This record gives sequence, C-alpha cells and structure tokens, in this order.
Amino acid sequence: MRNAPDLSFPRADLSRIPYGVYHDQETYEREQELIFRGPTWSYLGHEAELPNPGDFLTTYVGETPVILNRAQDGALHAFVNRCAHRGSVVRREVRGNARTHTCIYHQWSYNQAGDLTGIPFRNGVKGKGGLATDFDTACHGLRKLKVQSLKGVVFGSFAETPEPLLDYLDAPVVAHLERLMHSPIRVLGYQRQFIRGNWKLYTDNLRDPYHGGLLHMFQIAFGIARLSNRGGAMMDRRHRHNISYTAEGTDSPDGAKAYEQTARGQAKHQLADHSLLDMRHEWKDGLTLTIMSIFPNVVFQQIRNSLAIRQIRPKGLDAFELHWTYYGYQNDDDEMTKLRLRQANFAGPAGLISMEDGEAIELVHRATARDREAHSIVEMGGRGPIHDQDHLVTDVPMRGFWTYYCELMGFTPGSNM
Amino acid sequence: MIATETRQAISDLYANYAYYIDADRLEEWLDFFTPDCVYKIIPRENAAAGLPLSVMLCENRNMLRDRVVSLREANIYNLHVDRHFISGLRIEAPENGVYPVQANYAVYQTTAEGVSMLFSVGAYDDKVTFVNGVPRFKEKIVVIDTAAIINLLATPL
Ligand code: FES
Ligand SMILES: [Fe+2]
Repeated sequence: MRNAPDLSFPRADLSRIPYGVYHDQETYEREQELIFRGPTWSYLGHEAELPNPGDFLTTYVGETPVILNRAQDGALHAFVNRCAHRGSVVRREVRGNARTHTCIYHQWSYNQAGDLTGIPFRNGVKGKGGLATDFDTACHGLRKLKVQSLKGVVFGSFAETPEPLLDYLDAPVVAHLERLMHSPIRVLGYQRQFIRGNWKLYTDNLRDPYHGGLLHMFQIAFGIARLSNRGGAMMDRRHRHNISYTAEGTDSPDGAKAYEQTARGQAKHQLADHSLLDMRHEWKDGLTLTIMSIFPNVVFQQIRNSLAIRQIRPKGLDAFELHWTYYGYQNDDDEMTKLRLRQANFAGPAGLISMEDGEAIELVHRATARDREAHSIVEMGGRGPIHDQDHLVTDVPMRGFWTYYCELMGFTPGSNM
Repeated sequence: MIATETRQAISDLYANYAYYIDADRLEEWLDFFTPDCVYKIIPRENAAAGLPLSVMLCENRNMLRDRVVSLREANIYNLHVDRHFISGLRIEAPENGVYPVQANYAVYQTTAEGVSMLFSVGAYDDKVTFVNGVPRFKEKIVVIDTAAIINLLATPL
C-alpha cells in the first residue's frame, strides 16, 4: 500500500501526525475497510441492554449500521443492518424486541441470527413473477459479524478469524474491564454528542492526558484536582489501547507552582453546593478517574462514581457521534444511584469537567483542513520507544494508537522524509 | 379558570427567562428560580424509556449558580449568541399553588462569524409557583428532542 499523495508520517516513532490524515476522503474510505471491517474488535453494546430473548439494538461499526440481537436461545448475534434485497435499512428503531426483522420496502424478513427466512411472493402469483427456483436464500442473509462478550461488554468483528478477543485487548485492559464490570450493571440512560470533526481527533484527545488539566479548568478553578495529582497511562503490549488514570488528593507543592505559569491556573472559586463533590470510594486502588480507550471505537469512563461507555460513531470524514451509555450496578442503593446521576454533570456534552473536548476537536478540525502536509507535534513525555507513563504530562499513548493505525492502513512511518 | 393576571404573569416569566439567557445576563436569570428548584435537561429518548439520566442536572439554585460561575470562570465553549423562541404556553390548573406549565422551545445559535443554526428543539415541562406574588420556577424540565447535541451544551436552554 502507499501513502495518499500528500500524507506522510515523517518519523518512525509517530511523533508527527500529518493533518491530511484527518481530511483525506480516500483515507477515510480505507479506514472503513481496513480498520472497522479489518482484524479489530469493535464495541457493539452491553448485555444489560438485551436482557430478554428477542431484544435487539441498532448500533454502528465505523459507519456500517449493525443490529445486535439476543436470540430466543439466549445467544448473541450481530449482523449488518442493511437488507440483502435492495439495501434498505432493516431496523429503524434504536432498540426493541422481535422474533423477526422485516424490511419495510418489500418485506423480506430475517430471523434473530440475520438469516433470510421470508420473501413475499417468492413463487409469484399464478405461476407468474417471483424469483427463479434456484435462488438460494442461504446465500442472502445479512452479513454477520463475529460476536464475543466479556463481562457483559459485547464486541464484534468483521474478520473471518479475528485475533482472540483476550489477546486483542491484552491483560491490562481485561483487568480494567473486570474492575469496572465487577457485578451486573443497570443502564441509567444515554447521551449523544455530534461533533463536527474527524473521529481520530477524538481518539487522539483520549490518549492525551496532558490536555486534561489545561483545557478542562473546572476542577482547577474550584480547587478540586490538578494535573499534578498522581496519575499516568497504562497500555497493552502493542500500545493500541490506553488507560489514563488519576488519584485525587495526591497533589504536591510543585503542582501548584507549575500552574503559576498558566493563564487560568488559580483555584479562586468555591462551589455554592458541595453535594456535587460527594463521592464514595468504590475501588481499593484509590483511582478517582480512569479513562480506558480501546482501539478503535470505545471508551470506558470512571469519573469518581460516574460510569459510562462512550462509543465513537464516525459520520463521514468531518463528523462523528459520541454515544454515551451511563450505568450503575444493579445492587446500588438509591443514594448511590443519586450520586451517579448527579455526577453525570461532570462529563458528556454539557460536562462541567469535559465539555471543552467538543470545542477543541472542532477547532482543530477547522484549522487543519488546509496545509495537509503540515504535522501536529506529539512529543510530550518524550520521543522514541512507547512505554507506560507514570505522570500526566504526556501524550505518548497517542503514538501507540498511530502505530497500530499505520500498520492496519499500510502506511510506513519514517519512510517519506 | 386561571385568572388573566396569573396567566399574564406566567407568560411574562417565560419571556424574561428567554430574554435574560439570550442577553447573557445569567446571574440575574438565576432569580427566576426558587432556592429549592430543580433544573434538568433530559433527552427525550431517556424520558420516554423511563431512564433517569439527564444531560444537565441542578438539584437546587446553588447548583445552578455553580454552573453559571463555571461558565464564566472555568469552561471553554463555542463563542456564540443564543436566541430562544418559546411558544405554545400551556398552563394547567394549580395544585397547592403550583402551576404545571408546558411550552415548546427552539434555540438558535449564531457563531462569532455570524452563521446561525438551529441548535436545539424540545419542550419545557415545568412547575411554576408564586413567591410574594411573583412567579418563579420551582421545576424546569427541558426535554430535548435534539438529543444529538451539536458540539457541546454550555449555556442553558
Ligand atoms: S429492500 Fe428490503 S425487501 Fe426490498
Ligand atoms: Fe478531555
């Protein structure tokens, strides 16, 4: 494979990213094939959303619409939400329960595994019309994905023989998923954010702990937390995924000092209502903020007691939807549920802590549309080999994302300059 | 029957509510709420499914005030002007002096470069009470149809 004409990754350690990679249509088309329909596992949904036989939800893998369905026997199936006949969307609802899926256009119908089971007037009327007798319904089901669930989190892959899910995720990610999914969850609701920027600006944002205490100033302005808290970033062996973490209340005096150089660094405000800061320590590790990004399309958030799964749904080259599923545990008491609902104020499209991400991404997307051969600088935390970080002043995990991205896309970093 | 003056006072409350947001006078806008008010923005898809999660939840006026302070002092958001269009005010008979009120809203945003777009459409499902003869929001529930929030939601709806 070749780099698109004006796209170059001049450094082998991925410390330079060409702006063009966020704006090139051909690259976007290839991402859909090579990444989302490639050897990766994408997040589809959570089993808690499909408790009963027949429950389904509509989701996306990249830009491809997908139905995730629990069959009568309890098994999970995922298949492309596009009719085999002439390509209509089959299921329009966001979720529901059904034994069959019938396309509205000519009423071809499919079972809970996506197999084609019904074709109206298949044999015509009075010997006229209909399909030829050799039409084989078995060859015209909805395209199926491999499905695997880990602690209730459902992943799907278009690959014939994908890497085993546990290998793909690797130990730190699996351990963190187990930490989050320690008991059955209950969905509290959804949020959606429509950001007018390329989806990879968001995966970058997630792997850049450096911006956390500089762009997002709510916690700093109100004296709640700082970049100088204990924190860091953990990765899998191939640096595809990333877990950024912080423990509050572990700040040091030079933290306050470092902020003296910034424009907005002083804690000069007090909350009028402190209940927003009420928190229960749920985990022994003391971590109060963990953001786990799994390549390519999902993020697991723990901000204090606010738990959410964020799915990235690309909507063309220039936009993506961020789809948030907030949850708690089935055995939460009412007070805990109240805490989680209140703390939902921290993140999401109106998040006190993180609303700025949407704006930052849109600003970068707008300003990089030209000068495609120019590059962004990814050197916080150093150049060269990628490894775990024990501080937050870093964007090293971004280079992990881009290493795997280039591998899948057939780009050879460091070769063009 | 709801007295004409009552109807007029509630209707003025909505006009002022919109005016003070659009004029970016949020500190004064807080006065339209009772101290124990609830201000909540919830996507219609959650409300319809009986899911409690909102996009913004202030459980009293102090929390609402914290939002405003945060907007002024901490948050970075898209530079814009809001323009509210509230219509179809529907006032129900009071229960213990509290009037259930529903209305539709549309909020347009205009960028610093003068480009306008429809930002949010939805409905208010409110409770209005009279304090010293003046109507105040005891509950303001904004049910957003535009669940897919464009960019971010900073200024109140
Ligand atoms: S397109 Fe679905 S039945 Fe014809
Ligand atoms: Fe962020």
